[in-house]
Amino acid sequence: MGKKLLLEHVDVPGINTLSVYRQKGGYASVEKALKTMTPEAVVEEVKTSGLRGRGGAGFPTGMKWSFLAKPAGVPRYLVCNADESEPGTFKDRYLMEKIPHLLIEGMITASYALGARTSYIYIRGEYFYVAQILEKAIAEAYEAGLLGKNIFNSGFDHDCYVQVGAGAYICGEETALLESLEGKRGNPRIKPPFPAVAGLYGCPTVVNNVETIAAVVPIVNHGGAAYAAIGVGKSTGTKLISASGHIKKPGVYEIELGVPVEEFIYSDEYCGGIINDRKLKAVVAGGSSVPILPADLILKTAAGEPRLMSYESLADGGFASGTMLGSGGFIVMDETASVVKNLYTFTRFYHHESCGQCSPCREGTGWMEKIMHKILDGDGTMNDIELLWDIQAKIEGKTICPLGDAAAWPVASAIRHFRSEFEEYVRRGHSIKDVKHYYSTKGIPEPAYS
Amino acid sequence: MEIDQKREIRFNEETMATVQKIIKRYPEGREKSALIPILHIAQAEFDGWLSPATMDYVASILNIQPIEVYEVASFYSMFNLNPVGKCLIEVCRTSSCWLMGAEDVVRHIEKKLNIHVGETTADGQFTLKTVECLGSCGTAPMMQVGHEYHENLTLEKVDELLNKWKAEGKRSRYC
Repeated sequence: MGKKLLLEHVDVPGINTLSVYRQKGGYASVEKALKTMTPEAVVEEVKTSGLRGRGGAGFPTGMKWSFLAKPAGVPRYLVCNADESEPGTFKDRYLMEKIPHLLIEGMITASYALGARTSYIYIRGEYFYVAQILEKAIAEAYEAGLLGKNIFNSGFDHDCYVQVGAGAYICGEETALLESLEGKRGNPRIKPPFPAVAGLYGCPTVVNNVETIAAVVPIVNHGGAAYAAIGVGKSTGTKLISASGHIKKPGVYEIELGVPVEEFIYSDEYCGGIINDRKLKAVVAGGSSVPILPADLILKTAAGEPRLMSYESLADGGFASGTMLGSGGFIVMDETASVVKNLYTFTRFYHHESCGQCSPCREGTGWMEKIMHKILDGDGTMNDIELLWDIQAKIEGKTICPLGDAAAWPVASAIRHFRSEFEEYVRRGHSIKDVKHYYSTKGIPEPAYS
Repeated sequence: MEIDQKREIRFNEETMATVQKIIKRYPEGREKSALIPILHIAQAEFDGWLSPATMDYVASILNIQPIEVYEVASFYSMFNLNPVGKCLIEVCRTSSCWLMGAEDVVRHIEKKLNIHVGETTADGQFTLKTVECLGSCGTAPMMQVGHEYHENLTLEKVDELLNKWKAEGKRSRYC
């Protein structure tokens, strides 16, 4: 069993309540930080821990915190990114639903480190029931004096509020999130200035993912060095993985970074293997944005080394033969799944979610969806595959925010690793129309919907 | 769907108190931050959608221009700018849900309610929509009805729910 830092007590009955949470040592990090540490010392511990942003980008959290501008007389903000919308990712929802006080505790401790008097948890609107759970936890924390004025008699005041979004993937991008929090459309801002200098209401702001903020709790409790001792290389600590698709035991798993991918998929401790013991075909390892990899390349690197669940190992080989850890949205496809149809759901998703600000993304995502639709309908030509490749290449790196890249990478990787499947769709022409888009093991499409 | 032109658009005292409490969460001069939360409440109060009259009313509460409300309401997918049925059913269709059979669920509901995606039943009871990933990938396929998540769906489970909702005249609400 791997070490659990975030989900250790997740199955304890009543852990969502303050009393049980405190019995299990909850809010110790707040007490320790406020009573015995300076804000700078907390930032140092987070730096030492090697914690990297758990929302997907993997940027070192301590470094991000140290960039925060501190002009006198200007309020600073901590904003929690709970807009979790990356297809395949549901870890933050699980954490907030099961153990909401862990996030609140992290918000207070992190806010102390950053000198933020006010913090906001921006949660996607669809998670309305989770927002209610958080509201209840916050009310309990106020009641107990853990939020509000003079927390633990330290002189530190803090208010934390929940803000619900209203259905927009783009608001997971930190500057779009801030726009949304200000009551506007979720259009990402041009950077610089970065939020650390001019964020919410033009004030210095840190935006961190739910899991990142929660991880501050064990880091302060046990020290940054103890956290850094877990994991492998620059992938320190534990990571929540959302496992879904054709596996026996889908769900959220807290892993020590560095677990072999093969063990993660097949061991009973994690996914438990493929449904009906069918063959593994492909994996999207870190949420819809990251490159899809075929079975051989997800289990072993191009050099033949076992692939590990870590930032570095998953990225080994670059985009030619590797992928990314991303948000940890681990989508498994068995041999019956059509990579082409799965890609169609992704292209449709990105077209739907493009904010429309940058032409390459606004137009390109629409084109890619339409071409994918054409191929699925059996009207595709070999040239369409080239056109898809061309369009994705013209989106990547040419937009204000990373949504453009996120839309391009799945297309590029699907063509790179599964070109023959696209060609098969083209060759079959109209006979592909109305099939269920599952290949049977004999390679014959299953019958249409009855 | 018929639109009730005479519908009075005004929060009752209790709702107004909630709205004012939300506005106080933000620094002075930044009250517009409350726009999205208030639109959710308005949509829930006024028949599940945001009519121009509703949006103008919200603008007047926050003391902002109506266009500032329209541009936000039209950006976010949870805001309905057209009337919907009493019970809005939203089925997730992205990757993991698709892999686990979301298309079967959608087709089944279409058949059962005798409508297509995007349509409302003649009695105004149900509207069916498909939506993008709702973060329920490990419990796919799923559908959302107001703030309720219905997960690990099977066609039998869908039948059961639809029959129940028909009988009770279910209303979907977020707030």
